[in-house]
Amino acid sequence: MFRSHILVCGGTGCTSGNSIKIYEALVHRIYKEGLDKEVHVTQTGCFGLCALGPIMIVYPEGAFYSQVKVEDVDEIVNEHIIKGRIVTRLLYKETVGHDGNIKALNDTNFYKKQHRVALRNCGVINPEKIDEYIAYDGYEALGKVLTEMTPQDVIDEITRSGLRGRGGAGFPTGRKWQFARNSEGKKKYVCCNADEGDPGAFMDRSILEGDPHAVIEAMAIAAYAIGSDQGYIYIRAEYPIAVQRLTIAIQQAREYGLLGKNIFGTDFCFDLDIRLGAGAFVCGEETALMTSIEGHRGEPRPRPPFPAVKGLFGKPTILNNVETYANVPQIILKGADWFSSMGTEKSRGTKVFALGGKIQNTGLVEIPMGTTMREIIYDIGGGCPNGKKFKAAQTGGPSGGCIPAHLIDTPIDYDNLISIGSMMGSGGLIVMDEDNCMVDIAKFFLEFTVDESCGKCTPCRVGTKRLYEMLCKVTDGTATMEDLDKMEELCYYIKENSLCGLGQTAPNPVLSTLRYFRDEYEAHVRDKRCPAGVCKKLLRYKIVEDKCKGCTLCARNCPVGAITGTVKEPHVIDPAKCIKCGVCMEKCKFGAIVKE
Amino acid sequence: MAKKIEVPFNGTKEQEAKLLAALAQLKIDHGGKGLMIAALQKAQDIYGYLPEPVQQIIADELGVSLAEVYGVATFYAQFSLYPKGQYKIGVCLGTACYVKGAGDVYKKVCETLGIEGGQCTDDLRFSLDATRCIGCCGLAPVMTVNDDVYGKVTADQVEGILAKYRA
Repeated sequence: MFRSHILVCGGTGCTSGNSIKIYEALVHRIYKEGLDKEVHVTQTGCFGLCALGPIMIVYPEGAFYSQVKVEDVDEIVNEHIIKGRIVTRLLYKETVGHDGNIKALNDTNFYKKQHRVALRNCGVINPEKIDEYIAYDGYEALGKVLTEMTPQDVIDEITRSGLRGRGGAGFPTGRKWQFARNSEGKKKYVCCNADEGDPGAFMDRSILEGDPHAVIEAMAIAAYAIGSDQGYIYIRAEYPIAVQRLTIAIQQAREYGLLGKNIFGTDFCFDLDIRLGAGAFVCGEETALMTSIEGHRGEPRPRPPFPAVKGLFGKPTILNNVETYANVPQIILKGADWFSSMGTEKSRGTKVFALGGKIQNTGLVEIPMGTTMREIIYDIGGGCPNGKKFKAAQTGGPSGGCIPAHLIDTPIDYDNLISIGSMMGSGGLIVMDEDNCMVDIAKFFLEFTVDESCGKCTPCRVGTKRLYEMLCKVTDGTATMEDLDKMEELCYYIKENSLCGLGQTAPNPVLSTLRYFRDEYEAHVRDKRCPAGVCKKLLRYKIVEDKCKGCTLCARNCPVGAITGTVKEPHVIDPAKCIKCGVCMEKCKFGAIVKE
Repeated sequence: MAKKIEVPFNGTKEQEAKLLAALAQLKIDHGGKGLMIAALQKAQDIYGYLPEPVQQIIADELGVSLAEVYGVATFYAQFSLYPKGQYKIGVCLGTACYVKGAGDVYKKVCETLGIEGGQCTDDLRFSLDATRCIGCCGLAPVMTVNDDVYGKVTADQVEGILAKYRA
C-alpha cells in the first residue's frame, strides 16, 4: 500500500509543456529520498483541463497542481510529500474553497457539469498498465458477452441504448452492427476510425492516450456481435503518443489472452492490427478510410454497396469512431437503460467536446447530450478571455457551421445542431469573439477543404475552389452583391452533387455564416469594410487628431512615405499610398493610430 | 527566393539494404495485402524523403507500377518528394490556433526565412510546413521545430525562436 499517489498528466497538451521531464524528476527524487515504497508516481492520460497544463494531482489530499514546472518538483516533494504541507501557490485556484480547504475536483466549475463515460478512465489510470484498466472493471464487459450473451443479445442491447456514432453523422450504432451481422460472409472486419482530422478536435486522441484498452475491448465485443475475427485501427501518424500506447495495450492484451485465439476459453478468436494514416482529411470518410487501409490513394467510392455488405477488401465491415467504441463496454456492464437515461430523446448518452479558441478553460469536456451551449461556454469554459464579447461558436469543423450568440441557449444534440445549420461532427468546439471576422473564418475552412478535397468528383474538386475564390473576392473588397447570391447557389450545388461527406458538407461554414452573419458579408461588399478589423485589404489606418503629438516617428518609419505632417502638428496618412503594413501603429507611443 | 530545390539522389547501399529488409518484414506482417502506405512510411523514415529511385525500388518489390507508387506518395500530406531541412518547422494552422493568430506567426516565419510552406532554405537548414491540428489546443498558437514545441507563440517571438537553431 502506498500512502500517497502522484498522478502526472501524460496527454499531448501537457507533454508539450514538458510533463515527461516533470514525471522523471519526480520519480528520481522520490527514489533518492527512499520513498518509492510509500509514494507511487504514475503517468496518466489527459485530465481535460489543458489550459492549465502541465497538471499533477496528489492523493489522498486531492491537491490539483497546475502549470507545474520542472523546478517546482523539489518544492512539491520537500513540502508536500515529506512535510505534509500543500504547496498552495501551485494549486488550481478553483479548487481552493473560501475556508482555504481543498474542494473536490468534481465541485469545480470546470468539472461540476461534466459526466464522464467515454473519458471515465482518462487521468485516472496509467494507460500503459493493463492491470489498472482491469482494476476499473476492464474486460469484464467482454467476459460478460462471451459467456452470458448471444451476438444478437449484444446488438439488441446496443440498439436499445440509443448509442449513435460519435464521429459526425450520428448513425445508430446498433443498426450498423445489425446490417453487418446479417451480411453473408465467412470473413468480416471490425475497424476503428482514429483518423481524427477535424482541426481543433482531439478527444479521440485523448481516449487512445488515456484509456486504450476500452477501445480494444469494445472492438472485441463488436467482433463477437457481427462474427469477425480481425480488426484494424486506422490512426493518424501525427499522434505518436497514442500510437505507442495503443501498441503497448494490444501487446498486453495478447499476453493476457484477451486478444488472439479462444478468448476467455471460448471459441471466439479476434486479433487487432494498427494501420497508420499518412495525412489526408478525406480518410475520415468510411469508404476512403477502407481504401486507404488497402494501401491505395484514400479516395471514397459510391455507396451502395455499404461497407456492412462490401467494405474492407470487399468483405462485410463495420467502422466506428473511437469515442463510440469507448462507450460500448459501459453500456454492456451497466445496461442500455442506464445509458439511455442520459441525454435527450433522440440523442442518448454523453458527448465529448474539445473546447478551443477564445475561451478561458481550453480542454476536453464530456457532458450529457442536451446541455446548452451557454452552460458549456460560460459555466464550464469560463467565457471569453480578456472580457471580450462572445460572438459565435463553431462546431463540426470544416463540415459544420457557426452558432451565433443569440442561439446560445440551444440544447446540444444531433438534431438541434443540424436544424440550426451546423452539425455535431467529431466534437470540436471553437469559440470566437468580437475580434474574429466570420467571412475570414469561412474562408479558412474553405481553404482547408480545397486542400483536402481528394479530387475524384468535380463538384467538390472544382466547386470548393471556385467558392474559395469568391470568398477571397469578398475579403479583398472586390465582390458584388450578386456574388453573394451566386455563392449561395454554388453552395447548394456542391452539397447536392458531391460523392462523399466531405464535399456534401464543405459549404456548411459558408452557408451558416451567410445565414447568421450576412451583415458582415454585406459590410465587406457594400461598405468595403471589415467590421472585426481582420481582412487586411479592407483595413484603413487612421491618425486620431487629438492624440497625435506630432513626434514624426510614424512618418520616419513608414516604408512608403504615406504619412505627412509638420513637427508638433497632427499627421495624416494618405490611404492611396498606404500598404497597411502596420509599422506606424507599432511605433506610435501615444496610441494615436487606429485601424478600422 | 529559395524553391523546392533539386538535390541529386545520394542514397547509400546500406539504406537500400535497410529498405529491402523492411519491405520483406512488412510483407510478413501484413499478410501480403495493403502495405503500400506502410512501405512508403518506412522508406521515408530511412531516406528522409521519397525521390524517384526510392519509389522505383518500392514499385519493383511490391510488383506495381511506378505510377501507382507516385499516385499514393503524392496523395498523402505526410509524404515528401523533396528533402526536408535539418530543422523542420511546423506551424499549426488548425482552427483553435488560427483564431488565436497562428496565421500571423506563419507569415512571419515565411518572411524571416524567405520560403513558403513545403519549401526548404537553400542551405537545407530549415523547412516549413503548415501542419494540421496537432492536438495541444491549450497551447495555441503552436509552433514546432523538430521535436521542440513552442506554445502561445506571437509573431514577435519568431525570430528569437529561429535564432536558437541558426548557431
